[in-house]
Order: sequence, then structure tokens, then C-alpha cells
Amino acid sequence: MTFPGRRGVLLLLLLAIAIVLPPYFGTYYIRFATQIAIYGMAALSVDLLLGYTGLITFGQAALFGVGAYAAGMLTVYGVTNAFVAWPLAILISMLFALAIGSLSLRTRGFQFIMVTLAFAQMVYYFAQSLRNWGGDDGFTVPQRNHLGFVSLADHATFYYVVLALLVLVVFVATRIVASEFGMVIRGIRDNERRVAAVGFPPYRYKLVIFVIAGGIAGLAGALMANHAKFVSPATLSWQLSGELLAMVILGSANSLIGPILGAAFFLAFRDVLSDFTEHWMLFFGPLLVARVLLVKDGIWGMLLRATGAGEAPTAREVDCPELMVPVPDSKPGALP
Amino acid sequence: MTLALLLEQLFNGVQFGLMLFLMAVGVTLVFGIMRVINLAHGALFMLGGYFLMAALAWTQSYALAVPLALIGGALVAVVIEIVVLRPLYRRGPLDQVLATFGLSLFFNEAVTVIWGRESIPLSIPPFLTGSVEIIPGAAYPIYRLVITGVAILAGLLLYLLITRTRVGALIRAGSDNREIVAALGININLLYTLVFALSAMLAALAGIMMGPLLSVEPGAGDPILILALVVVVIGGIGSVRGALVGALMVGIFDTLSRVLIPLVIQTNATSALVGMAVYVLMAVVLLFSRTGLFAAHRG
Repeated sequence: MTFPGRRGVLLLLLLAIAIVLPPYFGTYYIRFATQIAIYGMAALSVDLLLGYTGLITFGQAALFGVGAYAAGMLTVYGVTNAFVAWPLAILISMLFALAIGSLSLRTRGFQFIMVTLAFAQMVYYFAQSLRNWGGDDGFTVPQRNHLGFVSLADHATFYYVVLALLVLVVFVATRIVASEFGMVIRGIRDNERRVAAVGFPPYRYKLVIFVIAGGIAGLAGALMANHAKFVSPATLSWQLSGELLAMVILGSANSLIGPILGAAFFLAFRDVLSDFTEHWMLFFGPLLVARVLLVKDGIWGMLLRATGAGEAPTAREVDCPELMVPVPDSKPGALP
Repeated sequence: MTLALLLEQLFNGVQFGLMLFLMAVGVTLVFGIMRVINLAHGALFMLGGYFLMAALAWTQSYALAVPLALIGGALVAVVIEIVVLRPLYRRGPLDQVLATFGLSLFFNEAVTVIWGRESIPLSIPPFLTGSVEIIPGAAYPIYRLVITGVAILAGLLLYLLITRTRVGALIRAGSDNREIVAALGININLLYTLVFALSAMLAALAGIMMGPLLSVEPGAGDPILILALVVVVIGGIGSVRGALVGALMVGIFDTLSRVLIPLVIQTNATSALVGMAVYVLMAVVLLFSRTGLFAAHRG
């Protein structure tokens, strides 16, 4: 993976900010940055599906939540070693992704959106009904996992572990989308029929990337359970699925870096407005509408353009021309 | 479990199914004609309840408050259609989903600002309290009978509107081939606004009638919206007939599973199974048909 020129400098700069700034401002901001990294990772998993495969999933929070529940429950049962608990959480999320994906990938377009949303809701109700685990209220995780001899109880240590994992995930994801496999999934996004005609079965490829994205979301969830030391059905609510999509779009889809910046923007927006009003959603809703209607680019795209660091990633529309509506035109005789 | 109780639950299922139909038919019409998936539809359901509550406080009369609440829902819909949806018709599903999701966040918060976060109890109209014995041994609430009747009436009116009137012909034509409709000199913009307002009124009607049974609170429409989406997936997206069949299936299946599953299985997993039953039904339908039972559109 090579990031040529200014783009690479920009990335290193962002990484340097992420490493240096939070400790400088104190514990509150270390925790804040940890949150950004975790949601950024979850949003990145959405971008793999949305930006690179053209799959609009409205259920990623379910896989995030499954990872959180798995890590939290394992910790309660005494599995405190992160080298055991986190891979298990990833594995369980991937199994859920396999089950959800194998059914919902039978559909496409609008139906896929609704079906992923519905299955995520099913997992939500399942979590809600776990009465031994607090039901609707969730449960407290007694302690953070540890990395063998390294304790993660210290917020700064935990933050740097999360940040390192995020960098690793970005690296792996970049390799995936640049690989031959990545070319196939990008081909599916651009023209699924053509990919099928060339001899790659789209369903299998989509399922594989869906499961990979599920694993990444699961890892983010496991980290969230460690960060908050608390897990509740809210971690798999459909609002969170929507917010993850919003983070991707705010930051620039199809870029892997954008979703992380989107998560940072979303959390900063919430944090700043919460100081003034508890009704910050009143402003976030219209902001999302305005971003969709008025602005072409996400934050990463704007950054790239402003610094002349190269082509801004374009959020491509999903390839389903039959879903596009012709331009409404009231002029008689005017064919759209 | 007596037969009477089972029948009563069956009635409840049908009634819940008809409420879901009022919601799902709006989702499916808006998709069928405008090719827009509207995640703000749950907010319109919620607003129906709030508007009724506010109009009641103002007029003290159900005869005035119900039409006012319906008109309020339609007006909100007209504004949404003109300001937000029109630019979205040229866009893909992602932009539509995000923008309408943003709208639902906005409305959920707006009602919190205006009426507070606590749920507001809405009582059954005094002249509709009480119950009748339809089948010996099972007293059934009059209110539930009435809203079932109103839902059936609304469904019939919708059927007549779609099959017997000029606007209905345009709606059908629009969902078959919008280009030709536009080419014939029909004002498509007006038709879109009309369809959206109609779907909003049906959602508000469901919200008004369910108000006393559920509760009027921020986000009250979201679970109903998701069930309506399940109905649309089962019935086939864009199909009105599919919405009716799917809604009745989901309504009856959901209600009966809540009664029957605890009778058969009594473990910790019972409540989980009950909550998931509807989604399992959807999964089974998807296994046999990728596009739902009455697919009107491939897509």
C-alpha cells in the first residue's frame, strides 16, 4: 500500500494528531478520542459494504452490538484475556453476519436496506429479552480485558491499543480492497451483471465481504464493551445503524479514512451541542438532510481537494438503474 | 386456553394487521410511485397521535380533533415532499434513506421539545368505552371493534380511489410507467405530492387510532415503521395487495405467537422467541421468494 505524496502526508498528520493531542488535553479527551476510534472502526466496516461493494446496510449496529455482548459476557464469565475474548467476539459477530448476510443478500436495492434493518431489529429484540443480562437495561462489565501482562485499565494505554487496532484495520481493509478480491467487489458495485458474466459469482463475494465487515464491526463492539464497561441493547439499535451510515457519508464514502473523520465529526458535533442543549438531534437531523441535498463531498473529500492531495473519492451510486426515478417534469410532451 | 380466548386474540391480530396495513400501504405506494423509501413514515404515525392530543386539548371534541390531526399530518407531508423529497427523486436509495432518516431524527426530537420526553396517555373516547359480547364468553372492547371498522373503511376507500377514480388511474399508471404519464402532460409533481400526503394521512390515521392502545411518545412510530417494512418485504415492495396480505399475516402471526409460544415453551428463551417470531416469518418468506409474495416491481 502506497499513499503517494500529499495524501500520505495528510494521513501521517492525522495519525500524529491522534497520537499526540488527546493526552495533552487530559483524560476526558483521551476517552473522547477512544470513542472516535471505536465508532470510526465500525463506520469503516460500513464503508467496506457501502462504498466498495455498493451494499446499503441498515443493520451494522446489530453486529457491533453482538461483538459488545460477546466481549462483555465473556468477561463476566471470567475470560479476561483480550487475546481470547476479542477474537471470540469477532468470530461470533462473523457467524451472525453469515446468518444475516446469507438471507439478506438474496435481495437487492431497497429490499436489502429493509431486510438488513429488520434482521438487526430481530437481534435487538433478542438482546432485549436476555433477562439474565439486564434485559432492556443491559449489564455492567466488571473490568476491562487485559493483554497478558499489560493491563488496559489505564485510559491512555487502552486508547493507544484501540488506535493501533484501528490503524491495523485500515491497513488490512486497504489491502483487501486493493486485492483481486477487492477488484471483484468493486466490480459488483459498478456492474453486478457484468461481473457475473465474467464468471465471478456475486453472491459469494458479497457474502464474504459482508462477513469480513461483520467481524470488524464485532471488534469495534468488543472494544466498546471494554471502553464503556457497560453493554445494553442500545448498542444494537437501528438508530446506531443509521448513525454509522451518516458517519460514512459525512466523512466521504469509498475512502476508508472518511468514515473515521465522519465519526470524529459526529461525536464532536454531539459533544459541543450537548453543552448547550439536550436536543442536539434537532440540529443533527437537518444537518444530515442538508449534507445529502446540498453538499457533494464528505470531509475527507474536501480535505483532499483543499490540500490538492488528489482525486476526491466519489460516493458512487449503487448500480441499479431500475431504481432511479426519471426526472419529474410537468411540461407536456417532455420525456424525462 | 379456551376457544373464545383464541378467537379474541385472532380478532386482535386482524386489528393489529389492519393498522400495519395502513402504515405499509403508505410505504409501498410511495415506493411504487415515487421510488422513494421513506424512513420518516414512522414519524408521521407518531405525529398523528400528538396532533390528536393537541387538537383535543384545543377543541375538546373528537369530531373536530380527528380531522384536524389528519389534516395536520397531510400538511407536514406536503412540506416534506416539497422541501426534501423533490430533490431526492433524481438520487439513489442511499441519499433517500439518509435524508428521511435525518427527518425522523428531527421529528422525534421536535416532539420532545414541544411536548416533553414523557409518554402522554391518550384515553379512549368516552363514547367508545365498554365492551360487547360478540361470541359468548368473550367480551370484546368496543374501541377495538370501531378502529377495525375504520381501518377496513379506509382500506375500501383507498381501493375505490385507486380502481375507480381518475386520480387512481394516474396512480396506477404512474407506478407502471412514469415516463409515459409525464409524456401525456400529467402534472407529475402534483401527483407525487398528492400520493405522499395520502400516505401520510393513512399513517396519521393509524397513529390516531393506536394512540390510546399504545402510548404517545417520542419515537413511538419507529417500531411500527420497522414492522411495516417487514410487511412490505413479505408482501412484495410496491404492491398494495401484497401490503394487505403481508400486514394481516404479520398482525395475526405476531399476536398469536405472543399468546401461543408461552403456552408451549416455558423457558428463559420464551420472550426472545416471541419478539423474533415476525422476523423468522420474514426470513422464511425470503427463503422461498426473493421479492416477496406479490412483487410488483423487480428490484
